[in-house]
Amino acid sequence: MIVVIGLACVVLGLVIYYSLWHSGKSKLKFGILVNEGPYQHQSADSAYQFTKAALENGHEIFRVFFYHDGVNNGTRYAIPPQDDRNITELWSALQEKYKLDLVICIAAAQRRGILDENEAKRQGKDGDNIAPGFRISGLGQLIEAGIESDRVVSFGD
Amino acid sequence: MSEAKKFMFLNRKAPYGSVYALESLEVVLISAAFEQDVSLAFVDDGIYQLVDNQKTDDIGMKNFSGAYKALGDFEITKLYVEKESLEERGLTIDSLMPLVYEDEDDDWEEKPSIKIVSREELAGIMEEQNIVLSF
Repeated sequence: MIVVIGLACVVLGLVIYYSLWHSGKSKLKFGILVNEGPYQHQSADSAYQFTKAALENGHEIFRVFFYHDGVNNGTRYAIPPQDDRNITELWSALQEKYKLDLVICIAAAQRRGILDENEAKRQGKDGDNIAPGFRISGLGQLIEAGIESDRVVSFGD
Repeated sequence: MSEAKKFMFLNRKAPYGSVYALESLEVVLISAAFEQDVSLAFVDDGIYQLVDNQKTDDIGMKNFSGAYKALGDFEITKLYVEKESLEERGLTIDSLMPLVYEDEDDDWEEKPSIKIVSREELAGIMEEQNIVLSF
């Protein structure tokens, strides 16, 4: 009897050890690429939902990179109707909770008028519009996300 | 930095109908600085990006096709063009810019960068990639 219980304990221990080891192994580091603007295209929502789900399931998000019209996700001046989601605020809140790295491409941002305080000064513009939790940086940050992440998931048209 | 990863930039859109092609090229040129294994693939209307003798004066847009000719100098030497996409659009390799690179392993001999591959072959090449960024 004692031998049986002992064996059962060993088996149970192995199962728990294996499942812990396995769950540890299956955690991934993701890079996220957002290529479309908010509201115009579902990509922005899908990218947010994916990022949130990945984080809630214990995965790591190395960086979210906003490119093309995706940079428009990072303006704090967008005012969607009150009964609709505010995608920019959702990103900002997620950033605050998980300390996400939300990077807006500088080249794409300049074309589309997304500026932070430094850029506004540098370009001689009279104000900035970047939303809390976002930062503006170069395209190298996308390539770095590719190098450092296990997977890069693109959301676009 | 660890071993180089295989990056593929997949170009699917015509050069001037939207900004994707131009901004894809900007990423490609930046990627050259990171010493990764970079290739480009052109499918669907994306093959129009490589068509020779582009003229944009009448549509008031910047003709950026010259930048593809510089890819060889950035050691970006693998440009896969999907055969079926060419055929579906009545184009041949002669419709495309004659892009070349100098092969440093072969006495700097000038070699074509564009390689025509079948849809099936391209699927195999994509399978080998670590990162595929689709524009």
